[in-house]
This record gives sequence, C-alpha cells and structure tokens, in this order.
Amino acid sequence: MIINIENLNFIYNIGTPFEKKALDDISISIEEGDFVGLIGQTGSGKSTLVQHLNGLIKPTSGKITIDGIDITNPDTKMKEIRKKVGLVFQYPEHQLFEETIYKDIAFGPKNLGLTEEEIELRVREAMELVGLDYETLKDRSPFEISGGQKRRVAIAGVIAMKPKVLILDEPTAGLDPKGRDDILDEIKKLYERENITIILVSHSMEDIARLANSILVMHNGKVIMHDKTREIFKSADLLEDIGLDIPQVTKLMKEFKKRGHQVKEDCLTIEEAKEELIKYLRGTKNA
Amino acid sequence: MLKDITIGQYFPGDTLVHKLDPRVKIFTAILYIIALFFVKDFYPYIFIILFIATVVRTAKLPIKFIIKGLKPLMFIIIITFTINLLFTRGEVLFSLGPISVTKEGIIQSVFMALRLILLIVGTSLLTLTTSPIALTDGIESLLSPFRKIGLPSHELAMMMTIALRFIPTLLEETDKIMKAQMARGADFESGNILNRAKSLVPLLVPLFINAFRRADELATAMEARCYRGGEGRTRLNELKFDKKDSAILLSLIVFFGFIMSTRYW
Amino acid sequence: MENEIMINIENVSYEYKSYVDDSIQLAVKDLSLNIKRGEFLAILGHNGSGKSTLAKMMNGMILPTRGEVYVNGINTKDEDKIWDIRSKAGMVFQNPDNQIVATIVEEDVAFGPENLGIPPEEIRKRVDDSLETVGMSEYKKHAPHLLSGGQKQRVAIAGILAMEPDCIIFDEPTAMLDPSGRKEVMETIKRLNKDKNKTIVLITHYMDEAVMADRVMVLNEGENVLMGTPREIFTQVETLKKLGLDVPQVTELAYELRKEGFDIRKDCIIIEELVEAL
Repeated sequence: MIINIENLNFIYNIGTPFEKKALDDISISIEEGDFVGLIGQTGSGKSTLVQHLNGLIKPTSGKITIDGIDITNPDTKMKEIRKKVGLVFQYPEHQLFEETIYKDIAFGPKNLGLTEEEIELRVREAMELVGLDYETLKDRSPFEISGGQKRRVAIAGVIAMKPKVLILDEPTAGLDPKGRDDILDEIKKLYERENITIILVSHSMEDIARLANSILVMHNGKVIMHDKTREIFKSADLLEDIGLDIPQVTKLMKEFKKRGHQVKEDCLTIEEAKEELIKYLRGTKNA
Repeated sequence: MLKDITIGQYFPGDTLVHKLDPRVKIFTAILYIIALFFVKDFYPYIFIILFIATVVRTAKLPIKFIIKGLKPLMFIIIITFTINLLFTRGEVLFSLGPISVTKEGIIQSVFMALRLILLIVGTSLLTLTTSPIALTDGIESLLSPFRKIGLPSHELAMMMTIALRFIPTLLEETDKIMKAQMARGADFESGNILNRAKSLVPLLVPLFINAFRRADELATAMEARCYRGGEGRTRLNELKFDKKDSAILLSLIVFFGFIMSTRYW
Repeated sequence: MENEIMINIENVSYEYKSYVDDSIQLAVKDLSLNIKRGEFLAILGHNGSGKSTLAKMMNGMILPTRGEVYVNGINTKDEDKIWDIRSKAGMVFQNPDNQIVATIVEEDVAFGPENLGIPPEEIRKRVDDSLETVGMSEYKKHAPHLLSGGQKQRVAIAGILAMEPDCIIFDEPTAMLDPSGRKEVMETIKRLNKDKNKTIVLITHYMDEAVMADRVMVLNEGENVLMGTPREIFTQVETLKKLGLDVPQVTELAYELRKEGFDIRKDCIIIEELVEAL
C-alpha cells in the first residue's frame, strides 16, 4: 500500500460564515503501482484531495501515510513529501518561468538538492519520457514552443523529481485531440516503464477508461465508489445521478444488451467492443 | 490576513447611505479628511465620532466588521502611538533609563492614535457603502471637468474598473502558481531577505506573463465589443443628482465647516 | 435590405511572420466561403490549422492579406463601418475570464451597448432580455469571478447578444470548461440558432459539438479540406483521423465493423442509430 488515508476531513474558512466542508471523512488506500482515475464533478473535492496528498493543504483532521511516511505529522520535512509525490496542476504550462527549457525542468531536482550531474541526467530522462528532444530543445526558451510542447515541459519538470506517486490534474484540458492523444500516450508509456503509481484526475470518461485500472468517484467531498474500472462503469445509473457519464461505447453495449442481445456490457474501449460485437454477430449468423 | 482588510471592501445594502450619489460621498470623504487634520483639539472629535456613529447606524453596518477592518492596521496605529509617546518633549511624568514619558506625550499619542483610527474608519465607510462601480463612476464624473486640461478621466476610471475586476482572479492565480512551484520544491518561507526575494522569481515571472496574456486577450475581447474609449459612450446606470443629494451635501458642508471653525475659537 | 449571405469570404489569404525564424507563414490559404443567414456552421481543425485566424477575419479583428471579407455586404476593410461590422458579427472567445470587463454581471452585459451609445432605458431592456435568453437573470447582481466556467461563458454570450448581432462567432467556447459547463454553453448556442434565428459560426475541435451544426467545414493548414453536413463529414473516419481529429466512438466502431465485412450503415453518429443498425 503506497497511500493510506484515514478519516480525512477538510473544512474551508473554518469559523466564518463561508465555512464549507470540502472533504468529508475520507478513508481510502491505494496500492503501489496502481493507475487510479479520479472522477467527480467540479467542486466535488478532487483538487482538494490531491493537494492534501503532497502536503500543500493541511487537513482539518485525519491521517495520510505515503510510502510509510506520515505526511500529516508536522515534523515531516516537506522535501521528503515532494520526493514521494509529484503533482502536475491543471494548465501546468502557466507556471513555466525559466529562460531555457533545461533550467525550468531542473528547478524541481535542484530544490531537492541533487548534484549537477544527477540533475542533468534527470532532465535528459524526463525530456525523453515526455517525447521532447534533449539536444535540440534544452537551450530553447519555454515560451517560444507550441502549447502542447509547453505542457510537456511542465510535466517533465515534475517527472524529473522522480516521485513514486505522480498525480496529474486534467493533463489534457484545452488541448486538441492530437495533443490530447500524445500526452495520454506518454503518460501510459511512463507508467509502463517507470513502475510508478499514477493518479489521473479527469472529466473525460473515455480517457479514464483507456488508462486507469481502478477508479475513485467523488461526490460532495466524499469518496462514494472505489473499485476496478470495469466495475465502476457498470453502475452507469449511479454515475448519471451525480452528473457523470460513462464512455460512449460502454453505453452502446449496455443499450444493445437491453434489446435482448447477449453481449458483454463492460467493454471500455472501441477495440473491446469491436471484438465482442464481431464474436456475437458472427455467432448469431452461423446459428 | 488579506481577507481581513475591509478597506476597499463593499458591504452591500439598500439604505439611504448606500443610495446617496457617489459624488456626494467622495466629496464628503475629502471634507472629512481635511476636517480631521484641521482640528487641533479633542472635543471636536466628539462630533466626528457622532457623525461616524450616525452613518454606521443608518447604513446598518455591523460594528464588528468595522473593528475587524482596523486589525491589519493595528501595527501602524501602535507605532504611531509609541513614537508620539516617547518623542514628545514636555513635563516629565516618569522615566525609565534614557526613556521618559511626558504629560504632553501621553496627550499627543492618544490624539494621534485617535486621529489615525478615525481616518481609517471614516474612509472605509466610503468604500463599505459604495459599490466599486458607483465609486468609479463618481470619480470619473468628478474628474471630468479636468478633461479639458488633458486628464484622461474616462481611461482612469476604466483602468480602475478592470483592476477591481481582475484582483480576485489574480489572487487566485497567485495562489495556484505558488502551490504549483511549492509542489516542485520551491520554498517561499525560509531563508534571509535576499534568498526570499530570489525565491519569488518562480512566482512573479509566470504571474507577469499570465497577466500580459490576459491583458492582451481582454483588449481583443473589448475591441470585439466595440470599445473605442469614452467618446460617445452611454451608461446603463447614469448618475443622477437629485434634491435629496443636494440637501444632504449642503448640510454636510455646514457640519464640517462648523467642525473646522473650532480651530479659531 | 437584408442580405441572404451573412458572411462572404472571397479568396482570402493571411500571412504572418514566424517569430521563430522570421519566415513568412500562411495561416489561411486562398479560402472562399459563404455563410448563409440563419445557418449554423461548425469549423473543425486542430490547433494551428488557421481556424482562429479565419474567425478573427469574420468581424474585422484582423484583415486579410489577400482577398475580401464581407459581413452583411460590408467589406471589413471599410474603416468607417468597422463598428457596424463588429456589432453585427459578435464574437465569443475561449477563456471566459479574459472577456468579462465589469465587476457585476449586468454591468458587463451592458458594456457592448454602452460602447455603441445606446440610450440607458434601451440598454436596460437589452441587458434583461439577453440575460433571460442565456438563463442567467437571477445572477445579474453577482460578481463574475464567483460564477462557474459555464456561467461565465453564458454571461459573455449575453454581453454579445446585448449588441443585437445577426451573427455570433464562437472561438472554441467550451475548450476550458468541464462537461456540465460544455453542455450549458452548447445548449445556449443551439437555442440562439433555433429560437433567436442567429447565424452561428462555431470553431471547435470537439466532434460531438459539430454534430449540432447544419454544415461542417474541416480546416487543415489554412485550407478547406472537407465540407458538408455532419453526417457526410463523419463518415470520413480515415481522413479525419489523419488530420488529427476525433470522431464519435460510435461512428468509429461502425466504421471498424464495416471494415470487418458487416453491412452497417456508415453514417451512425448517435448510440441509438448504431443499436438500430446492429
């Protein structure tokens, strides 16, 4: 277990008329090496939760343990937490500030107090992982490249800190389909190669279905479901009640089954649905 | 801390004070400040305190809210008090080593602290009862006679409106960038002044770049909505100066005139 | 006289200087297009396909380097008429935060008509009507920064409506919104077209939004590569994918099944159609 959360509560503006319970008694644990999709409507507490995971917000009450370290303990060094958990915010390209791409990516590792050689190695690796060519780009300004590339630089800046848990908040927001697919592919590659734990916050059920092994569903500050991806998308009605969707293909298969056709309804991707339908349609034709 | 500053905050309401023409309120605020510094004695301040009490009552402002507004400025008030207490010469009451407290010092420090408190409370009443838009409109209208000598009154007012509109957005953005850099191990809190100033670079650079980008987009959006300066512009809510406004303005001029005249008694 | 053609684009090109190497780039290449009054046109294309440049030429925000653009029969190069053009062809941008000027919703909606010098009583009426149309009347005294993304974008739309345009150009209005915000905005756009008879130009890279349009144009490298009804466009799965665009999952599935030799109509764009076809 890499992340363990016990009875986590967080209340905004405590003691004022604007008091708001953002996280309500959350207890979950996440296995090492899992790829978790975190879904929920805007305002359901997703962002507040992920910010707790790397110590940016201190809980009102409750305990969070990451890789054996109690991060809610005031004696725990922030640097230790940052080494364990990397957080990529929404529109991360808005935080770029250095003159060169190299320097910007090196900012995190530098703050960890690494040696120059180690930093260079990490920048090189991180750039390669997100599909940026080290030699041609390292001395370019991060402000004169395309939007999609800027985002990769920002993500590389967090990857270069080599966290055991990587949290990405809406990493594809505002990108076009091509840019989105590229980033998602890189995340997948990173997950497969680096053997890390990933938490992906997203509004796109299609993206979540494509990548996540398990899903956390948040609603009104509570975690209301936590299960394997396939299981979660079986509860389409429940998800719809809280304003969430399921992938279009999953919906299609459900609808098809409702009409009396014996197909698996838990297909998550086009490929799965295609195979299932081919099997079914060929089967009925021959019979 | 930032949230506690009530200066510049608007407390919505539908009272006589709220509905008063903003130009009357701005003019009164100026009169008030002049009167405050004109007066040399304690007793005229009784009238000023009474004036404030009346406004607070009429505008239905919670006293707590006003006291809370003083808190962030307590530091300045205390410094003013201490300096006046220790550095005013006169009849020594008691002394502690090189430090001595005089009778004049006590009177002077209480007076100065009171003056500062009244200044803060009085001016915050203006912003508490006047919406930012009304305030801007009032300033624009009061400054418009100076257009002839080249003062860009409309542009100044527009700038103020946009500043007010974007302050919350930029505060939110500052918070976000700060957190994002902290997640990359940035440390904004420790070290000496030089290091701290340096640590602000990762915050300020993105903040400025984003602000320029916003400004550029906003300018495009304003142009698309046919904005071309103050010339020929009309307003949704035009300022109207009615009889009630003139009556109140006249009585306030008399009132503050009386307070200022106490200096020559 | 009312013109049948709302926007008329004739052999338009737009050149700009690349800031990387100072070379001359073409954002739009010799493009011609007629947008009919009351039509709903969607323009699809990936980032850098020239779609935003094209949009900005439709209300004279930028002028073509070659060719002419006419809005309501008026050439956008006619400097005296530029404000007529911009009030007749309104524009809504991507970032809802960066197009709201005032600190109160109704004051912001009034901004356009105020600039046009409309009398106050008339502005009041237009502001109330516009907020009603986008369903934001109850928020008219609110501060914009406290609204959700979808609500802010609706306020921005109301701000354009208050200028009483014939045509509204939307430049990726939902790109920064969450799914519920997207839905709110898309429903508003559809209503403007159907009930208020506004000509709509929607620039987007979301296929599910383009489905609502009467006509879809696909732009690539500044050129018109595909044009037709949403159904005609979506059946070109292969071409769209090559251009870096999405097709609805259902359409792609139908396409894949056809490739396997199943006889399924290829123009399925919603779930029910494919279920029927199967």
